[in-house]
Amino acid sequence: MENLSYDFAAAPAAVPLQRRVLVGVVGSGDLEVLVEPAAAQIRIQICTSVDGMASIWQALMQRVFGAAALPAMRIDINDFGATPGVVRLRLEQAMEELGLSDQQPVDKI
Amino acid sequence: MTTNQETRLTALLGQNSFIELAARERSRQLLDAGSGRELVGPFERLSSPWLAQQGVVTQADDGVVVTKGSFNGQSCVVLAIEGAFQGGSLGEVGGAKIAGALELAALDNRNGIPTMAIIVFETGGVRLQEANLGLAAIAEIHSAIVDLRRCQPVIGIVAGTVGCFGGMSIAAALCSYFIVTREARLGLNGPAVIEQEAGIAEYDSRDRSFIWSITGGEQRALSGLVDVLAEDDVQQIRSHVAQLLARGVPRMHRSEQTARFISALDAADAATQATPGMARAIYAQGAQ
Repeated sequence: MENLSYDFAAAPAAVPLQRRVLVGVVGSGDLEVLVEPAAAQIRIQICTSVDGMASIWQALMQRVFGAAALPAMRIDINDFGATPGVVRLRLEQAMEELGLSDQQPVDKI
Repeated sequence: MTTNQETRLTALLGQNSFIELAARERSRQLLDAGSGRELVGPFERLSSPWLAQQGVVTQADDGVVVTKGSFNGQSCVVLAIEGAFQGGSLGEVGGAKIAGALELAALDNRNGIPTMAIIVFETGGVRLQEANLGLAAIAEIHSAIVDLRRCQPVIGIVAGTVGCFGGMSIAAALCSYFIVTREARLGLNGPAVIEQEAGIAEYDSRDRSFIWSITGGEQRALSGLVDVLAEDDVQQIRSHVAQLLARGVPRMHRSEQTARFISALDAADAATQATPGMARAIYAQGAQ
């Protein structure tokens, strides 16, 4: 088990999050994502059952949160061996449920 | 494709599967539309303090979803176990959430608010990593069911595909009424444990058709150990719950009729390997 943490700048002009959302379950090959409004930045805290995958997490988070104009939020991920593709889908599901999917660069998986 | 197959395919595609839903969605769909409100939800972050210490990833709700709402207008609490997280195992936190909700439901009843409970079991029983704390929680769930069922029906559901085993199968047996699907399994010990103790010649845990013929939903219904064998469809399961609720609190719960089951089991010949048919005949003497 490994704990990872990533911070990204929030877009100053973005409309603040009004609600929180949970998607997924901590089942085999799956993960849960909890998203809540936050004050300043986008902070992602990951707990994963698979050790030694930090560089892949870093690249994936950079791709999803690096370029997008998203509001400040706290994201907690509890991962039980999901592949990067599944992680990406769960994150997009969460953004979609928050009404943020239009601001997502969904073409670059 | 024949017309018959087409008809079955259309029926299958028209079904709103209950089995395929996760615990939170199962709860929401059982309750009246829009009435559900989750208690001690995932954002409270009451997850297991013990799993992380043993290197196991936790789930924010500890695998138990407590939802208060209404069922056909009556106050109702749904307790749903998420089978995908750690096999639906019950630890200290998840167990306390179920027991606490049942106790509060009993309190509501005593304060003049008739409140029923639906428990959606999908569990292998106690969470081994939390050992005695999980067992204690399950014991609290047992006594809370026995208390609440005096006031209002406690309706249990096992849809599958995890099934319901261990200490939670005892909780299942304490429910006023019980609903299963064909995919469900219900038993005190899981197949692998029985194989280990009895030998593979007697109980082959990898023989799926054999396992379901002994512990599957259809067998349990034909044996009189559960009340309803339901199709895997949300609306059908909902209407079964409504019918069982309309029956009210049973005059005598199944778990109060153990004497007849025990005498039927005592009379059974243990020297010959029981077939599913023989098992049904034995339990039929116990069930009313």
